[in-house]
Amino acid sequence: MLRFAPWKVASIIGMSLIALLIVIPSMLSPAARTALQSHLPSWLPAKTITLGLDLQGGSHILLEVDSRAVVRTMVENLRDDVRRTLREERAGVVGGIAMQARGVQFRLANPAEAEKTIPKIRQLGQSSGAALLGAASAPGVEVNSTENGVVQVTITEAGVTDKVRRAVDQSIEVLRRRIDGSGMKEPTIQRQGADRILVQVPGLQDPQQLKELLGTTAKLEFRLVAQPGDNPADIEELDQTEGGKIPVEKQVMVQGEDLTDAQPGFDQRNGEPVVNFRFNLRGGQKFAEVTTRNVGKPFAIVLDNKVISAPRIISPITGGSGQISGRFTVEQANNLAILLRAGALPAKLTTIEERTVGPGLGQDSIDAGERASYVGAALVVVYMLVTYGVFGIFANIALFVHILFIFAALVLLGATLTLPGIAGIVFTIGMAVDSNVLIYERIREENHMGRSILSSLDAGFKRAFGTIVDSNVTMFVAAVILYFLGSGPVRGFAVSLGLGILTTIVTAVTMTRMMIAVWYRFARPTKLPI
Amino acid sequence: MKLLRLTPENTKFPFMRFRRVSYPFSAFLSICSVVLFIFWGMNFGIDFAGGTLMELRAKSGTADISLLRNLAEKLGVGDVGVQAFGNASDVTLRFGVQPGGDTAQAAAVEKVKTAVADGYDIRRVETVGPSVSAELVQSGTLGVVLSIIAVLSYLWFRFEWQFAISAVIATMHDLLLTVGFFSLTHLEFNTTSIAAILTIVGYSLNETVVVLDRIREMMRKYKKMPTDQLIDISINAVLPRTLMTATTVLLALFALVIFGGQVIRSFSLAMTWGVCVAVYSSIFICSPMMIYLGLRNESAVRGEATDSKDGAATEGAR
Repeated sequence: MLRFAPWKVASIIGMSLIALLIVIPSMLSPAARTALQSHLPSWLPAKTITLGLDLQGGSHILLEVDSRAVVRTMVENLRDDVRRTLREERAGVVGGIAMQARGVQFRLANPAEAEKTIPKIRQLGQSSGAALLGAASAPGVEVNSTENGVVQVTITEAGVTDKVRRAVDQSIEVLRRRIDGSGMKEPTIQRQGADRILVQVPGLQDPQQLKELLGTTAKLEFRLVAQPGDNPADIEELDQTEGGKIPVEKQVMVQGEDLTDAQPGFDQRNGEPVVNFRFNLRGGQKFAEVTTRNVGKPFAIVLDNKVISAPRIISPITGGSGQISGRFTVEQANNLAILLRAGALPAKLTTIEERTVGPGLGQDSIDAGERASYVGAALVVVYMLVTYGVFGIFANIALFVHILFIFAALVLLGATLTLPGIAGIVFTIGMAVDSNVLIYERIREENHMGRSILSSLDAGFKRAFGTIVDSNVTMFVAAVILYFLGSGPVRGFAVSLGLGILTTIVTAVTMTRMMIAVWYRFARPTKLPI
Repeated sequence: MKLLRLTPENTKFPFMRFRRVSYPFSAFLSICSVVLFIFWGMNFGIDFAGGTLMELRAKSGTADISLLRNLAEKLGVGDVGVQAFGNASDVTLRFGVQPGGDTAQAAAVEKVKTAVADGYDIRRVETVGPSVSAELVQSGTLGVVLSIIAVLSYLWFRFEWQFAISAVIATMHDLLLTVGFFSLTHLEFNTTSIAAILTIVGYSLNETVVVLDRIREMMRKYKKMPTDQLIDISINAVLPRTLMTATTVLLALFALVIFGGQVIRSFSLAMTWGVCVAVYSSIFICSPMMIYLGLRNESAVRGEATDSKDGAATEGAR
C-alpha cells in the first residue's frame, strides 16, 4: 500500500504535466495564444481543441448521390453501346432495343448471329473501368440469350455499386473544387456509406450559397434554338430561368466539359454581370464551326436542362471564348463561374440532412456548457470535501487531473467537442468520483470491521478495484456502441464519456492511492479521517 | 472537522421485504409507460419524424408566438409547430417533410425565413429527410439492443446467469420507465435522447453491478445464510456508496439542467430521471429478481470454481 515505485510516481506526475501543456493553448483566447507562442519554443504543443459545428456554428450537410439517376444513365449508355456493337457486327435487330430498369433487351433478326455478337456485348461490361482493376472485379453486365434470338443484357449489382462509388469519388472532387473556389475556410468533405457525402463547413457565412454550390449539377450545354421546319422528334421544350418555355434542339453542340476557364465579369455594352468562359482546343473548334454555320440564329445556353439565355449569333465566334449573360446579379455570376470552373457533378446530389447553427447560438451553447461544467464541478468538489474531508481533497485533485486528461485526450485525438460532449464531461465529473466513493466506503467498512488503518486502506483499494472494473466496463460498452452508431454531436458525447471512463481508472484509483500513501507516511494517523 | 454522512452507520433495512410493494409498483409504472407510449405518444423530433426545425430569436423584446403561428400558417408548408424555447425571446418553428423532395423542402425553408426575417434572427436550421430519419430510428434501436446484449454477455461471463438476467430485467425496467417519462412530459425525443437512454443503460448497469458484486462476495463469505437475508446485508453494505454516487451524479446533472441551455435540456432532464430510476431498480428490482430466478446460496460454490480465473480482482473476497 505504501510502497510506490519511483517510476510510477514520476510517470503520473509527468503525464499530468504533459496533459496540462497540451490543454493550455485551448484555454487561452486566440489573441493571447498567438502572443504567447511567439515567445515560446516551437516544440510546445499548439494544437487546440476542435469544437463541433454546434459550438462554433456552421453547416453540416449530408448529400446523397441519386443512384436511380446513375442507373438510368448507365442503361442509356448501355443501349448506345449495344446499338454500336450491333452495327459494327452488322447484326440486324427486330423491333429495336428495349430499355428496362436495369438493362436492355433486343431480338436478333438472325438467331445464328448470337454466337458472334454476344461475346462482344459481354466485353462492354469490362470496358467500364473493371479492366483497370484487374480480373478480380466482377463483370459489369450479364448477358443471357434464348434459342429464338432474344438477348437480355443486365447491369449487375457490382456494376452499379462500382459506378455509384466512382460517382461519389468524382462528386467529392468537384465539390472540393467548388468550395475552395468560393473561398470558404476549412471545409471537410468526406464519403459516408456507399452513396453519401458529408460536407461540413464551420463558422458559416452563407448557408444558402453553400447549398447552391452543393446542389447544382452544373451541366452546361450549348444547343440551337429550334427553327420552324425542324423535325419534331429532334426538339424538346425546356424551361427558361426567366420563366416560360422555349423549344430547343435535342442535339448538344458544345458541352461544359470542354471549358477551361470561367470568370465573372461585366458586359462591356450594358455593364450587366456576365460570366466569361474559354474553351479548350476541341471545344473552341466545335464552337467556331457551329457559330459559323448558324449566324443569325439564337443559340441556347442550357444549364441543368434550363435555358439561361438564348442570344442570337451575330458573327462567328472563332477565338474559343465567349460570354454568358442572363440578367445575373453579381453574386449569381460569381457562383456560376465557380460552378463552371469546378466542372459538372457526375450525378444529381440530393440534400437529405442539413443542420446549420448560427455563430450566436454556438457561442451561447459554449457559455451554457462552461457554466454548467463550472457549477457541476464546484458542487461535486464541495460535496466531496464535506463528506470525506482530507480524503475528499485527494479525490478532488484526482478529479481535476481527470478533467485535464479528458481534454488532453480530446486535443491529441483531434476529437470534436460538441454540446452533448460537454454534457458527457459534466456527467463523468459526477461519475469520476464514483470510484473514489467505492474505495472510501470500502475502507470505512473494513475499518469498522476492526482492521488497522493501514490494512483497511489496503483492503479498501484491493476490494473496490474489481467492482470499479466491472461497473466501468458496462458503461464503456454503452459508450463504444454509441460511438459507432451515433453521428455528429452524439458521437462527441460518446467520445467524452468513453475517455472519461478510461481516465478515471488512472486518476481515481492510482493517483488517489499514491496521495493517500504519501499522506499516511507523513501524518501517521491514529484514526481514519473518514 | 465533522463530516457529512448521508446514511446512518450499519443500516439494516429489510429491502427484500419491500419486493411485495416494489414489484406491483414497478409493474404498474411499466404498464403506465406502455399505455402512455401507445395512446399519448412521443414527441418525436425531426431526427426521427423528418422535417425542418428552425430556432429563432426576436430581434427586440419577446417573441410573439401566436403572431408567428398565424404567419406560418399562411405560408402553405403544412402544419407549423411554434413553441417557446427556453426564454421569452426564443422560439422554435417546426414543419414536416414537404411533398416534392429536397428542393421543395429548401423552398419552404426559404419561404419561412423571408416571412420572419423582419423581426427575428435565425439561429439554427435543421432539416432531416425521411430516409435519414428512418435510418436514425434503426441505428438508435440497434444501439440500445446491442448494448444490452453486449452487457448481458459480459455479466454472464463474469457472474452467474441469474445475475445477468436480473441485471438485464432491471435495465429494461429503467428503459421502459424512461420511455414513459419522455411520453408523459412530451419532451422532444431525438438522437441526443438516444444518447441519454444509452447512458442510463450504462449507469443502471453500473449501479446493478456494484450491488451484484457485493452479493457475490457475500455468498462466498456466508455460505449458509438464506438468500434474501444475504441480499439484504449486501445492499445495506453498499447503500452509503449508492447514495453518495447518486448524489454527486445528480449534482452534476442539476447543473446541466439549470445552466446547460435549452438545446440539451431534454437530455439533462431524461438523465436525471434515469439516474433516480436506476438507483431504485438496482435495489428493488434487480436484487429480488434473483430470488425469483432461484438463486441458491450453494451456487456460490460453483461460482468460486468458475471465477478462479478472475485473479486479483476478487482475490480479497476469498
